[in-house]
Amino acid sequence: MAAATQQLRTTTRRRLGRLERPALAGVLVREIINYSSYWRSVTFSSTVEPTIYLLAFGFGFGSIVSRVAGYDYVEFVGTGTVATAVLFASVFAAMFGTFVKREFQRTYDAILAAPVDTEELVTAEALWIAIRASVYGCAPLLVAMVFGLDPAWGMLLVPPINFITGFGWASAGALISALMKSIDNFSYVTSTLITPMFLVAGTFFPISGLPEWAQVAAWFNPLYHCVELVRHASFGFEGWVDVAHLAILVGFGLAMWRLAIWATARRLVD
Amino acid sequence: MGAQSAISLRGVVKRFGPITAVNGLDLDVPEGTCVGLLGPNGAGKSTTMKLLTAQAIADEGTIDVLGYDLPRDSKVARAEMGVVPQLDNLDTTLTVEQNLRVFTYLYRVPRAQRREAIERALAMANLPDRRDTRVDKLSGGMRRRLLIARALVHQPRLVLLDEPTVGLDPQVRQELWALIDQLRNEGTSILMSTHYIEEAERLADTVTIMSHGEAVATGRPSQLIEQHAGREAVEVYGPPAKLREVEAAARAGGMSTRRTGTSIAVLRLEEATNGGPPDGERRPANLEDVFVLLTGEEIS
Repeated sequence: MAAATQQLRTTTRRRLGRLERPALAGVLVREIINYSSYWRSVTFSSTVEPTIYLLAFGFGFGSIVSRVAGYDYVEFVGTGTVATAVLFASVFAAMFGTFVKREFQRTYDAILAAPVDTEELVTAEALWIAIRASVYGCAPLLVAMVFGLDPAWGMLLVPPINFITGFGWASAGALISALMKSIDNFSYVTSTLITPMFLVAGTFFPISGLPEWAQVAAWFNPLYHCVELVRHASFGFEGWVDVAHLAILVGFGLAMWRLAIWATARRLVD
Repeated sequence: MGAQSAISLRGVVKRFGPITAVNGLDLDVPEGTCVGLLGPNGAGKSTTMKLLTAQAIADEGTIDVLGYDLPRDSKVARAEMGVVPQLDNLDTTLTVEQNLRVFTYLYRVPRAQRREAIERALAMANLPDRRDTRVDKLSGGMRRRLLIARALVHQPRLVLLDEPTVGLDPQVRQELWALIDQLRNEGTSILMSTHYIEEAERLADTVTIMSHGEAVATGRPSQLIEQHAGREAVEVYGPPAKLREVEAAARAGGMSTRRTGTSIAVLRLEEATNGGPPDGERRPANLEDVFVLLTGEEIS
């Protein structure tokens, strides 16, 4: 037998650990190689869609209101739609992608037959989507700059903020996918959960104008914290309140990650 | 036990709610041999396969794969074995070579050996000319060969084949048999589930016949035939009334029978006592006779 197998055998005689780098890398490499065959369509939808929102609201509302919550409207909506772009690039990719790979293509069966555990599979998939979302999330900022948003050093923090948010939403998408019996049921979640969250996040209008209960509710919306952090990164942080925003995003990501692993394992392992 | 076992199951039970899919299964795959797992649909073959990769967790019993205790050490065991699934789950928008490359990463082939591993798998699947072809442009036979080659990139000691030739035409099936035979000749241990009797007869050193989640017989094909179906059989054709008569007479005369759908096969002619065997087409007893005798004539 080949030396490779011998070597593998001696190094793996012990029980393998959790969240191993080679297992995560294997799943990531699969995604990256696949991405080379479909990156055009995903890049198109993930960047054009939020840009359309940005332009529609920017020109539509922008002609009525010039300043909102102390910002020029293009600044307000240009930073706000970053969160929209991250949401679209992460939650839907995870919902549909994991469902198709689990139920239709049976990709996950092949991966779990290799030395990869469900925990590693879910983690690597969420990492990959989060990386993509962190890049796609910058598109609205770049478009807004064309329309008068001033670049700022703090904007360099936008990709990491997007990554943390994208990881949480990717995990949430995987969780939703694992809980749903049929891909048709996704529309219930989209209508009742995702659409309201996307609208009431301070993206297009400030939540300070909403009734008090809605302002309280917004604090339970992870997207709101992403919007606030991106805006503050661009125009100046506000101290402890931003630490709270970040902590909530991290907490959301961790909670969704563990829940996604639990739900996916229930689906994949009998 | 003399030879070491690549796979050893003892008293394995797997339940799905009220259904017991695997019911006290004992199974051995001696190292370097090919074992055929035969059984009708619903006998528990696929569940057994899933138990071996810890994609299903047993409720009772012990499972040992390549010396590792499952499910605890399943990941190490999986690193040393290859799995060919029943359902084609290749990445169809990727090329042949890209599919193999992905699996060199998943199976942790060291960087310096990845290229060699891919070339070896391409040669084994007889697909070197198709390396840059997208999978959705391949014929059914080529896809199957690739599916098998994909499981071999890391030169596993043990290969699980779940219904490797289901739904394929005879030419393609023969190609795959040659591929599996080559693997066996190289000393790889193989567990192959199938409901094609000819496949088990040609490839398997020993066969385990499963029915209702249990192993009802284990042995070399020739041994099983001798033991359960005797040496010689005769097929009698005719209207149903005549067939019932033949059936009754044969049983009274110390022979056993089974229905084939179009005829009655009377078995154990060599043991005929009164009046001798009925007229019909004589043939040697085969594994299909054993299969039907042991797993029942009715489809449940």
